[in-house]
Order: sequence, then structure tokens, then C-alpha cells
Amino acid sequence: MSGTYLGMPSFPRAAAAATRDGTLRGNLRHATHTIRDKRARAVAELADWPRLRAAAAAIKERTLRHLDHYLVQTEAAVTAAGGTVHWAADAAEANRIVTRLVRATGETEVLKVKSMTTQEIGLNEALGRAGITACETDLAELIVQLGEDRPSHILVPAIHRNRAEIRDIFRARMADWGRPAPDGLGDNPTELAEAARLHLREKFLRAKVAISGANFMVAETGTLVVVESEGNGRMCLTLPETLISVVGIEKVVPTWRDLGVFLQLLPRSSTAERMNPYTSMWTGTAETAETAETAETAETAAEARAAAEARAAAEARPGARAGTRTGTETRAEAGARAGGADGPRAFHLVLLDNGRTDTLADTVGRQALRCIRCSACLNVCPVYERAGGHAYGSPYPGPIGAILTPQLRGTESELDASLPFASSLCGACYEVCPVAIDIPEVLVHLRERVAEGGIVTRGGKKAVIRPARGHAAERAAMRAARWTLDHPAALRTAQRIASRTRRLHPRRLPGPGRAWTGTRALPEVPPESFRDWWARTRGQGSPE
Amino acid sequence: MRVALFVTCVNDTLFPRTGRAVVRLLERLGVEVDFPPAQTCCGQPQYNSGYRHQAEPLVRRHAAAFDGYDHVVTPSASCAAMVRDNHPRIGARAAAEGRGRALADAAAASLPRTYELTEFLVDVLGVTDVGAYYPHTVTYHPTCHGLRVLGLGDRPRRLLEHVGGLVLRELEGAEECCGFGGTFAVRNAAVSAAMGADKARRIRATGAGAVCMVDNSCLMHIGGTLARLGSPVRPVHIAEILASTEEDVR
Repeated sequence: MSGTYLGMPSFPRAAAAATRDGTLRGNLRHATHTIRDKRARAVAELADWPRLRAAAAAIKERTLRHLDHYLVQTEAAVTAAGGTVHWAADAAEANRIVTRLVRATGETEVLKVKSMTTQEIGLNEALGRAGITACETDLAELIVQLGEDRPSHILVPAIHRNRAEIRDIFRARMADWGRPAPDGLGDNPTELAEAARLHLREKFLRAKVAISGANFMVAETGTLVVVESEGNGRMCLTLPETLISVVGIEKVVPTWRDLGVFLQLLPRSSTAERMNPYTSMWTGTAETAETAETAETAETAAEARAAAEARAAAEARPGARAGTRTGTETRAEAGARAGGADGPRAFHLVLLDNGRTDTLADTVGRQALRCIRCSACLNVCPVYERAGGHAYGSPYPGPIGAILTPQLRGTESELDASLPFASSLCGACYEVCPVAIDIPEVLVHLRERVAEGGIVTRGGKKAVIRPARGHAAERAAMRAARWTLDHPAALRTAQRIASRTRRLHPRRLPGPGRAWTGTRALPEVPPESFRDWWARTRGQGSPE
Repeated sequence: MRVALFVTCVNDTLFPRTGRAVVRLLERLGVEVDFPPAQTCCGQPQYNSGYRHQAEPLVRRHAAAFDGYDHVVTPSASCAAMVRDNHPRIGARAAAEGRGRALADAAAASLPRTYELTEFLVDVLGVTDVGAYYPHTVTYHPTCHGLRVLGLGDRPRRLLEHVGGLVLRELEGAEECCGFGGTFAVRNAAVSAAMGADKARRIRATGAGAVCMVDNSCLMHIGGTLARLGSPVRPVHIAEILASTEEDVR
């Protein structure tokens, strides 16, 4: 994943710092509780929610089992519709491909549709190193980018910021990226949204290249799908000539009928809406830019037309690009014959592995690949609420991040090894997950990998990993406890020693015990264990 | 009906009052209770901390200790959840690793006979009024494993509502984890403490004199937090409330 997260402290240390930040805790608490309550009401409206959830889990499981087949089908369909498919084994390869594709257009500024996958590979930073500026267009991502910050939530990347903080960021930084913030910008949501709107509109009308991810890929037609609330993604998907979509290989669904299941689950789970305001779909390429045929707001459509007209008036393309266009048109014609190409002029799909195939090889852990990035698990997680998204050290925070990141990245670093332990296993995440990922099960499974080591798949090969450092004392304690617990007489002796010395027990403990007694009183050891009471009162013999 | 008490290692060692209350309650309801002394621990600390292989002998021991009983009753939702949810999983993993079906079969045998106390009272004995008397204001914290893994639902509340003299107070954010989570409390001490402090604050806001749970491990964490804050709210296991009678009060 992204190099920007390298060298972050382990989860416990980062989380401890976050718990001391009262503003952060207040912001997170307010936002997560608001959205979780709304989600619960939206889900309760559907009588068949449990069946939809089971169907979604089953579709994803079946698709993952035959992922090779559906990916090849997707590639064929996208190619037939005039798009070009690239395969990227890891982040570096994906970044190289995207950089090359952008360079070929001659552009030095690209627009971004909000995308977790491009954050995972650190695309903006890679493009920056190649002299290409990537501008985020999602409102919250814009706030994060202007603030030189990191996203801390999947759906609401700036969830950790309040209105006053956002106003300050806009005032201080917008001018560096384009149109400055209006004079005297206040902190009410309407003013802030208008400032972002004006700032972004300039970019939409100028952009020649856009980069997106996708929420879903429909294998049977090679159609990509982005769902969003603001319409800024729609602007990027319709106005620029070239669209490059970086999509994780797990995003494929076999058919449109399958897609229908997820389009019901995702909005209710993520934004508590019955349907998301914008659903954009594109298949391959088309001869003209103004092609989106899905339901647009009148305003967006008008803007799309205006931009296309403006661009047509200024039409004078370099020869190199004309060559590309000719080739594209040939494929587009083939795509149209195949039945429905409606994408931009040039479309590139970069299919990203980056640890996904290795994750798929693990029969317990692979269920993390079902995730549709709705973020419902974040909003109900009491640990996320206190720790904040940054503590998880990857674009995927919260419970899903705690199981996805150590699988995609491995558990070699201290941070990644600490993630499976960043949960009290309360199970609230599993309860809300619309694709029924048993997150506690995977957490425990990954804890085993860290604590005991074992066999994993890395880079397509089986590898034996050793237990992570720092677990030796715990391992010894677990072994000793297990031995005692496997010998009732030893347990009884230990209980009796504890009972006899009960007056001597300190109120505060040193070492690892200090973490307990810092904020909590220890329970007093009783004078007699239950076992001894039973034997004494019921007169039954030895415990063996 | 042969009923075995699975008291759990935490209750055995630190909260024997709870085990004694279960015995008193069940015997009052006409149930003959046995305590198989070969029992120790269900292996939950090992398993949840990532030491699945260390948990295996404890799964085997547990199944052997409770072999032959019609029902196994435990005053711990998380230990019942461990036996019902994770013992079969541990058995299946051992089989998948080519170590035979013995552990899986043992785990499967004890699974359908294991009940958390309130489940046993409501589902097996079919009682919600156990003849208890507890003249205090009480709030109820549904522990995570009882709530989400076992699906105890309103069973504990129905039992509490029938207790003479008891006034039940609503707890805000009742379904939110208290932050114990076994080794989580030590490994992620700051987050655990923050969760515990919020839970303690809400418990105090109910004005109840006692907070009741179906799990002493959560109770240890919440009770320890309340005590350190100097709160007079008393943590109490539901078994101790249900075992109380008018004679106890006098």
C-alpha cells in the first residue's frame, strides 16, 4: 500500500494519543452516532434485509471462488466495447501504468473521482513525483487534500474535522490549488459547499483526464459503476476525454441482476439513503463525450453539454492523440456492434491485485474481499469512535481496515501486526455488515498469524511466517495458563495461594498490569474459590 | 434431568458468589445441580488472543468434563458463546489441518446442551418469575457476547421484570461494548479505559444503585472502573439478583 503510511506508530500508541484529543473524539462521536442511527432506520424499512444480506454474501463468495473466470469475462467485455485493460500485480505497477497513460495525453493535471483503491496504491503521490497534479473532487477528499491531511473514514474522509476547521483550511489553501476561497468565508455548510463548488467547477471545465475507481464491475457487459452523493464524480466521468479507472479485482459482480442486490444494500448501509443520488455507469468508449445515459440532474446535464460545446469549439488535437482516437473509434464501433459502448473517448481499466490474490488463498480471511466499502462497520465500532481513522495507518480504517490491511500488506510491520488486536471483539461490525463479513472471526484468525505464525500466501507462493516480535512473554504466559488449566489440581493450588495471600495483593500493579490498574480497581480475590466451596459443602472428593 | 454447572475459571477463582447463587437458584427451582470437578476453562483467553493451538486441549477437556449431562448451564454469556460458536470452529480447523475428526466431534457433542443461565431458565425451564426479591433500582448492561453471539434478546430483562421490589432503569447506549474484550483491556488500555469511562458515566446517569450483567468479566471491568471513580453503584451478576429472596433481605 501507500508509502505515506510507512513509519506510523502501532495502533495502541496512535489510538492512545487520539483518546486524549477531546475535539477529535467529539467530532467522531457526533458524526458516527448520527449516521448509525439513520442507517438503522433505513435498514429497518426493508423487510427482506436479512435475505438481501445473505444473497449479497453468497454472490460475493461465488464470484470470489471463480474470480479468474469473471475477470477474463470482464476483460473481454471491456475490450469489445472499446476500452483497454491493464493488469497490475501491485501498487508500483499500477502507478507506473497510470503515470504512463496520463503522460501519453500530454496533460499535467488530472481530476480524481473519490477512490479508495487509488489511495491504497498512493497514486496521487506517485503522479506528483512524475510532475502530474491530481486534484481530488469529492468534497471531503478535497478538504483532506487541501489540509495536507490523511482520510480518516471510508465514506466521510474528513469526518475528524468540524466546520470551523474546514473554513480555515479553505481560506488558507484553496488559492494554492486554483480558485481561492471567497472573501469573508464563514463556516456554515452552505457557504462551505459553495466555495468548494466554485473552486471545483473551474477544474471540471478544464480537465482532459480523469481517474476513478469503481464500486462495481459487471462482468457480463464490462460495465463499471460508481455511486456517489455529490455528483462531482459524475462530472469527472462525463466531461474529460480520457478516463482511467483503477479497480481492485474483487469488485467484479457477474451480472446486472447481481448488481441490483448491491445497489439496494450499499446506499442504505453507507449513507442511510434509500438510493444514492448519483449512479454512474460506463462501458468501454464512445465516439462523443456527452454520453452518460443514466439519470442526471438537469443541472449536471446542462453543465456537461456546455463543457462539451466549449471543448468542441476549441477542438485542435495533437496528432499523437488523434492516432489514439482513431484506434479507439475502431474499437468503439466494434463495441457498439457488441451492444452498448457508452464511455468516454478513451477508457483504460487498470485491474489491481496488490495482495488480493494472496488474500483469496486464505479460506478464512478471504471474506474480507466481499467488502463493498460502505463503512457501516466504522460507524458502529466503539474502538474506531475513540481511536479515529488515522490510528489504523491505512486508507481502510475501522474494523474492516483491521482485517483488510494486514492481509493486503502482510503483518511484518509493527503497525500491521497490531491491527488484528485493535478490537474488543464486540461483534457490532459483523451485525451491521451488509455482506455478512464475520469480522471478529477474521480478527481472531489474523491474531493467530501474528501470535503463533503459520503458513500464508505471499506473492502467490506459500510462505511460513514467524510469530511477530513482542509476543514472547504473552506466549509463555498463555502456555503456562493453559498448562494450569489443563491440570485442575494445579488450578486449585494456584487459587488457594491467591486466596491465602489476598491481604498482600497490591492495589496497583507494575508491568503490563499497570495498564489495568491505571483506571480500574482490581477485583479482590475471595477467601475461598467456588471449587473449594463445592468440595467443602457438598463433600465431594478431589477435583480429578 | 442431569444438569451440570459450568462455573467458568473467572467465576471459580474471582467470583465464587455467582456460582453459589446459580446453585441456590437452580435448586430452589427444583433442579439437581452437579459440578464436574474436571472442568477448568473454555479456552476463550487463548483462542481470542490468537493461540488457537493452546486452546485445543481445553476444548477437549471441556467436552470430556461435561460428557453425559443433559444440560450444561453457565453464568457467563461469553463462555457459552465460546463453547457454542468457537469450539466447533476449533474442531473444524483441526480436522482441516489433517488431525482427525475427534476434536470436531467432541465439540459438536457439547454444543447443543450448553446454555447461558437466563436461556436455561426461560427456554428450558420455561420460567420468567423465579420467585426472587431484590428491593433496589437496577440498570441492565447487555454484554456483547450475550447480545450478539447468543442472541439472548429480552430474556434477562423479562427475568428482572419479575423480580419483586426491583425497579429497572434504562441505560443509554446499552448495546455498546464496555471496552473489556479480554486482553484488549491491557493491550489497548487507553481505548479500553475510554470505553469503560463512557459506560460508567452512563450507568451513573441512570441513578440506579446497581448495574446488572450476565458476564462477570465485563462486570470486573465496569465494576473496577466505577470503583476507581469512587462511584457507589454496585456491579452485580444477574444470578445473584435472581437467587435473592425476601428471607435474604431480612
